[in-house]
Amino acid sequence: MTTLTAPRTRTGLLVQLLVSGNWFTVCPDDLLAPGRGVAALLPDGRQAAVFRDRGGRLHAVDNRDPFSGAAVLSRGLIGHADGRPFVASPLLKQRFDLVSGQCLDDATVTLTRYDTRVHRRKQRITGSESPPVPG
Amino acid sequence: MPAPSTAATPTIVLVGHGMVGQRFLEELAARQVTERARIVVLAEEPRPAYDRVALTSYFTGRTPDELSVTAPDFMAEHGIELYLDDPAEHLDRASRTVTTRSGRTVRYDTLVLATGSYPFVPPVPGKDARGCFVYRTIEDLLAIEAYAKTAHTGLVVGGGLLGLEAAGALDGLGLATHIVEFAPRLMPVQVDEGGGAALLRTVSGMGLSVHAGVGTQEVLTGEDGAVSGVRLSDGSELATDLVVFSAGVRPRDSLARTGGLGVGERGGITVDTDCRSTDPAVYAIGECAQAADGRVYGLVAPGYEMARTAAASIAGTAVDGFTGADLSTKLKLLGVDVASFGDAHGTAEDCLDVVYADSRAGVYKKLVLDPDGTLLGGILVGDAEAYGTLRALTGSKPPLAPEQLVLPAGSGAPAALGPAALPDEAVICSCHNVTKGTVRAAVTEHACGTVPEVKKCTKAGTGCGGCAKVLEQLVDAELEASGVEVDKGLCGCFGHTRQELYEIVRALRLTSYRELLDTHGREAARGTDGCEICKPAVGSIIASLAPAIGASGYVLDGEQAALQDTNDHFLANLQRNGSYSVVPRIPGGEITPDKLIVIGEVARDFGLYTKITGGQRIDLFGARVDQLPLIWARLVAAGFESGHAYGKALRTVKSCVGQTWCRYGVQDSVRMAIDLELRYRGLRAPHKLKSAVSGCTRECAEAQSKDFGVIATAQGWNLYVGGNGGATPRHADLLAQDLSDAELVRLIDRFLMFYIRTADRLERTAAWLDRLEGGLDHLRDVVVHDSLGICAELESLMDAHVAHYRDEWAETLDDPDRLARFVSFVNAPDTPDPTVRFVPERDQIKPDLPLLTLDPPPRTTTPALEGTATR
Ligand code: SRM
Ligand SMILES: Cc1cc2nc3c(=O)[nH]c(=O)nc-3n(C[C@H](O)[C@H](O)[C@H](O)COP(=O)(O)OP(=O)(O)OC[C@H]3O[C@@H](n4cnc5c(N)ncnc54)[C@H](O)[C@@H]3O)c2cc1C
Ligand code: SF4
Ligand code: FES
Repeated sequence: MTTLTAPRTRTGLLVQLLVSGNWFTVCPDDLLAPGRGVAALLPDGRQAAVFRDRGGRLHAVDNRDPFSGAAVLSRGLIGHADGRPFVASPLLKQRFDLVSGQCLDDATVTLTRYDTRVHRRKQRITGSESPPVPG
Repeated sequence: MPAPSTAATPTIVLVGHGMVGQRFLEELAARQVTERARIVVLAEEPRPAYDRVALTSYFTGRTPDELSVTAPDFMAEHGIELYLDDPAEHLDRASRTVTTRSGRTVRYDTLVLATGSYPFVPPVPGKDARGCFVYRTIEDLLAIEAYAKTAHTGLVVGGGLLGLEAAGALDGLGLATHIVEFAPRLMPVQVDEGGGAALLRTVSGMGLSVHAGVGTQEVLTGEDGAVSGVRLSDGSELATDLVVFSAGVRPRDSLARTGGLGVGERGGITVDTDCRSTDPAVYAIGECAQAADGRVYGLVAPGYEMARTAAASIAGTAVDGFTGADLSTKLKLLGVDVASFGDAHGTAEDCLDVVYADSRAGVYKKLVLDPDGTLLGGILVGDAEAYGTLRALTGSKPPLAPEQLVLPAGSGAPAALGPAALPDEAVICSCHNVTKGTVRAAVTEHACGTVPEVKKCTKAGTGCGGCAKVLEQLVDAELEASGVEVDKGLCGCFGHTRQELYEIVRALRLTSYRELLDTHGREAARGTDGCEICKPAVGSIIASLAPAIGASGYVLDGEQAALQDTNDHFLANLQRNGSYSVVPRIPGGEITPDKLIVIGEVARDFGLYTKITGGQRIDLFGARVDQLPLIWARLVAAGFESGHAYGKALRTVKSCVGQTWCRYGVQDSVRMAIDLELRYRGLRAPHKLKSAVSGCTRECAEAQSKDFGVIATAQGWNLYVGGNGGATPRHADLLAQDLSDAELVRLIDRFLMFYIRTADRLERTAAWLDRLEGGLDHLRDVVVHDSLGICAELESLMDAHVAHYRDEWAETLDDPDRLARFVSFVNAPDTPDPTVRFVPERDQIKPDLPLLTLDPPPRTTTPALEGTATR
């Protein structure tokens, strides 16, 4: 049985994902360095890859690379193509749009994405909320 | 035993693993159906699907393996069960089962028939004699090739597209070759009389004997039962040792017939626009199917369309149905250009022909137009240069007068009509249905700078190859149009080359990628996150120059960490299942028994797979991210350092045992290898660096295949540079002879730093040296004779590197903050990633790959995207 640890935070700010209608805390805000991702284990056993771009915006998509089946997308490099943020799979380098989840190199593949926010107690600071994507 | 099948995991059975069957599986995988369903493939041939269209290229040297269209891991990756050499023989629709020759019975929820065609052999006496063949499978070709060894003459029955290909092959095997065609001309389906005449001239000119307008009545055999000749319908006889029947193909629909499915009058399983047969649980695709328009298509492109249609229908996603396809063809037979497209025979009402013929030159061109000037189709023989353009123009009014389209270049006609004249919707590659607009977008939007890149990006040109010419013209034109001749920039973010960026970073002492991007990036890229190409490249430049520009020499410090590819980021090599491999440095390949034991113990304690590498060291595979620090703590404690197997950096300096033990050795090659490896360890470069030192000219360390290789002489050392193994091997060039130890090291210092300074991203020394203006002589001028006056600087850069080297793993272990990133999950640091799993193999482990069947995530398809996505 896996226990998910409640993160300790120096700034009091937390990174959260919207999972099945509830905000789920992933890690302290200061742990997420711009340009680099982390993987989070979600309550339902799935994994999310969470990134912060250099503008400070958060992005979260499914961690599983649909081309290899390996849970590695959090370890990919992020970048911008045509002004849109993407992550490149570290295995075979396919790129995925971080806002839509759409694979830029294969239009038939789309990743699940999650809404994100930075949260202090009950108060929201920044975020990228949009209607939840139907699962 | 029929395998269980439940509503939760439906079973899809595919019968026939040909080109269309394989494409169907790929289309299923792309729609993630492979994750939700059990998929069983029953195949008659002994090998997975291969490129039948390119079958004849076997005779020009392509091996059966190279012909394969099935990626080696495709089945395992998608959890598909493939049974080769075991054709389906019985279909029982009541119980929804298929039974194979070996007695295997599989229950299906959905059955897909992709059984292709069989070559039609006319029922003439003697047709089964020894020496009679058909031309359809690799096995057929192997048999023909073996038999041809003892034959002198060959005869092909049938002068159609495939017959000519077979005849070309027999001719290539050195046989005197005859073609017998029942119709009055060659390729009767594709070309008209005029075209047939031109074709006949060219084929005869190649030394093949054509007998048109006569049928084959009987195959004659000798006393030994083998073919000795044929009797023709005009009573004459032709002597031959070998006969290939190529008299057309018939759909393989017998399984469907006996199973009670509807078939067309002239064969072919009848299907609707979704490719469903008369039983909704059964689909048929490819050459075995009779499409909704009543036709049986004998070409691969329509088959691919059907594969896509059926897969989409099974996946439940909307797609335009398959209602019919274009029958354009271009013959690949060496030496003869023949093409027909659209309404080649002018069957449309009131249509008009424009014809150009030069029978002396064997050229015939015909365009079919409707009265208002719309191009309907055409035939080109002897000069099919314009095929790609004309085919794509079919259905529209060409921008030039029709006669100008068929006149040969230089006869008063304007310069040949280029692809520039085509509209964006024109289909350039009909095999993969790629339009001109898509090709242009590949260049302008996806930054493809070469034809191979465009092929990879769009798939255009990767089928029959008929569009290669027009594709090349189009890409060139597009590159030219998009401004400069060719953009030499590193990537979409930087217009500078790697070499220019190196100079900028060095001169301005820039230690930040962001600063470089914001000050020297392309306008649109400034302020963005850059991309996966320039980040590691700039990270490598900063690391190479770290001591000189005052950057941290530790590649994971601050912003530098965000630039590194995943391998450098975790200081280990990512493997296919998300685990990592660990390669400790073993300088010169020399290792003590105690250290060997430590490696063995670590591998045993962490359950790692061990292998001796091709680089004279030991690789430990299968470590999870969270195990890397624990493993390295043990290795560092025993005196090991990072082997940089993950970095674009020095890998190994291999050695031979040399003078110390070997009776031929003239220098201590092991000591020199160790010295060199320790000197250059950790040096980041545009690509990886490898070296070797041999103790004498017998060269047991293979130094001449290395980026810098050293071979001992009685007087000292010879230095070779620019060698490479890998896909394009290159022998190294001798740079200098009989060097002392100190001279050798100085020269390598200069060589390496000059390479790092001037090479392109991911350019090994071999490619760099081949590209370097002035080549080896120039290199020698620069690094031996100091013609540029930069040697002192190159040496001091290397001295700084050597002085600042520290082991990356020891540094990482020393810092808790750095260690914190080695977890599988940020919110569950003690939990290993459950998807990284292994199974036993040969007393060790290997990755458990059918991962794709685990926990399939639901696909979030936004309908809006689906509808607008370009194909
Ligand atoms: C482990 C090893 C194979 C083995 O089991 O022996 C190996 C494994 C890999 N090789 Fe290799 N190569 C290994 C020796 C070689 C050799 C032989 C040698 O070094 O003498 C060659 C030919 C020599 C050469 O490089 O010129 C070789 C030519 C390549 C190439 C082609 C390079 C080229 O210039 O064409 C690649 C691809 C690349 O680097 O882009 C490659 C890439 C790889 C990668 C890194 C592919 C990847 O990105 O996953 C493999 C990962 C290693 C890992 O995960 O640990 N490997 N590879 C060998 C490790 C040697 C070592 O101790 O470091
Ligand atoms: C020499 C040659 C050159 C060609 N050139 C061109 C060209 O230039 N352009 C073009 O478009 N097309 C060309 N074609 C035609 C093209 O190869 C076919 O259109 C294409 O291969 C059809 O694919 P398919 O999967 O429908 O059939 P196939 O590739 O024939 O595959 C059917 C497979 O099913 C297997 N099978 C049959 N019955 C059973 C059973 N009961 N159980 C299990 N397995 C079974 C067969 O053994 C075979 O492996 C060429 C064909 C040949 C032979
Ligand atoms: S290269 Fe020469 S010295 Fe080295 S092992 Fe071979 S024969 Fe002996
Ligand atoms: S038309 Fe066949 S590959 Fe493009």
